[in-house]
Amino acid sequence: MLYYLLRRILYAIPIALAVGFVCFMLVQIAPGDPINAIVPPDAPADVVEQVRRDYGLDKPLPVQFGLWLLKVVQGDLGRSLATGRPVWADLSTGIANTLMLALCASLLGFTLGCILGGLAGTFRGSVLDRVAVGTAVAGVSVPHYWLGMVMVVIFSVQLNWLPAMGAGPGGSADWSWDWEHVKHLILPAVTLSVIPMGIVTRTVRGIVAEIMNQEFITALRGKGLTRWGVFLHVVKNAAPNALAVMGLQLGYLMGGSILVETVFSWPGTGLLLNSAIFQRDLPVLQGTILVLAMFFVALNLIVDLMQTALDPRIKRA
Amino acid sequence: MSLTTAPTAAEAELAVQARQAQAASDGYWAGVFKRVRRDPVTIVCAVILLLMLAAMVFAPLIAPHDPYQGSMIRRLRPIGTPNHPLGTDELGRDILTRLLYGGRLSWFMGITPVALAFAIGTFFGVLAGYAGGKLNMVIMRVTDVFYAFPSVLLAVAISGALGAGIENAILALTLVFIPPIIRVAESVTQGVRNLDFVDAARASGAGAFTVVRVHVLGNVLGPIFVYATSLISVCMIIASGLSFLGLGTKPPEPEWGLMLNTLRTAIYVQPWVAVLPGVCIFMTSICFNLLSDGLRQAMDVKG
Repeated sequence: MLYYLLRRILYAIPIALAVGFVCFMLVQIAPGDPINAIVPPDAPADVVEQVRRDYGLDKPLPVQFGLWLLKVVQGDLGRSLATGRPVWADLSTGIANTLMLALCASLLGFTLGCILGGLAGTFRGSVLDRVAVGTAVAGVSVPHYWLGMVMVVIFSVQLNWLPAMGAGPGGSADWSWDWEHVKHLILPAVTLSVIPMGIVTRTVRGIVAEIMNQEFITALRGKGLTRWGVFLHVVKNAAPNALAVMGLQLGYLMGGSILVETVFSWPGTGLLLNSAIFQRDLPVLQGTILVLAMFFVALNLIVDLMQTALDPRIKRA
Repeated sequence: MSLTTAPTAAEAELAVQARQAQAASDGYWAGVFKRVRRDPVTIVCAVILLLMLAAMVFAPLIAPHDPYQGSMIRRLRPIGTPNHPLGTDELGRDILTRLLYGGRLSWFMGITPVALAFAIGTFFGVLAGYAGGKLNMVIMRVTDVFYAFPSVLLAVAISGALGAGIENAILALTLVFIPPIIRVAESVTQGVRNLDFVDAARASGAGAFTVVRVHVLGNVLGPIFVYATSLISVCMIIASGLSFLGLGTKPPEPEWGLMLNTLRTAIYVQPWVAVLPGVCIFMTSICFNLLSDGLRQAMDVKG
């Protein structure tokens, strides 16, 4: 077990390095000289040369990658071209906001998905099953940025119940747990929750249906266990896989919330990415993608380890 | 009681065997077609998709207006305006016309990356699965790296770095969908590689290329194809999403995602007109999803 733990963590290191390399290459594949990502286009030629030497851009690519990596490991993601501030300064608040949105959406999607999927798996072939499967297909097929717009039309424009934009009154980006802020969270979180809801419903339905077909369930029923008792056994057997799916979904939501954040002007990483793309602010683009991807790598690792710990049947050496 | 049921059970068993033999003699595809025909959901989805395709192809014949021609005095008309059944957009262009033309680009951007990724991913996946050893390790570890990015993030990152444009968006989406197809192709190929008839072919002196072409491909293309069709729905959503962010198609080109983006400003004026392009994306995506599910069942693909 301990051996597996160590090996799994060691395996994550080359993956993380390779992910870093892909992020490093993002600036390289961008059209034009990477130097343009650092100096303004109207800088005089000698300044450009000076900066090129300072940044090590005259050195071969592998050396550049090494230098870049050294800085990143120390927490230096470079400076934004648009604002001149360190990338990390804006990124840290963005990450916090995105993480909160993604966490709320995952919890909501996971709860709904478990209920729907559990019911559908238990009563296979019933009307309830069909409704759950239909909801799940709709959930994974809906373009969520469009769903966000529909939500705004219904709840903000027509009913005027909930705000359509931002994360707090007056466009503030700081969070606190009062109604004024929570009100801003509802629409984006619900919108973002439909994808994990659909996926978790499908997965849980499959797992539960498979467990219900197994002999030990019949045996439990036969020995006179109550419905509740049987239910607990099913939960115990379904939990590791369901949690694993949810853990990965949280990662997908962190990376995929850019569209929903754009619709609701949610001040997270998505909005940061969006403005970075339009101002061609490559250091911000690179830094944000890097941090989100690293988060996903770490989450993958955690999910894997958690699954092994929760399910004694998985023996990994 | 037992005297009467025993022969019936045997008869039933014989009947089942006869039917299976009949199905087998009809060939695999006849069986698949037969099963699809009995599945109303799949048929309905296929018909809707075909109708949409026909509407796009014949858009110049059925569209009431010019997709680029706007009018400053007829901006943002509601649904049901005479002459403009689905209203007009923020530049006074007819929504129905633009939806008809817009499907062309949206479908193109949803299907092309998956088709390209299917070709490239199958090649590398079958190569990795059949060759095994070092080659397998190299291909699969590179795949792992791209798996470490959430798909939307990877698509946004690549097309964001390359800049807006249809070609860049298609390139980014193709790169996003190659790794999952490689994984599926590799695992089904490994399953087939060790079957007896492949061993027999190899033992009788067939070269690696012949074995793959004759014995392996026929058995792995089906499952990979079904998996690829399930990606079209995702690809269409992300492709329109890229346009929605301004990364895919550029104005004034009609495309559903881009239309959603430009109509977003009109959400307080004509909310129901503004959400129409999304309805088209949703309908296409859900139909492709259900069609893929139906195919999976009809072709009896597990997983």
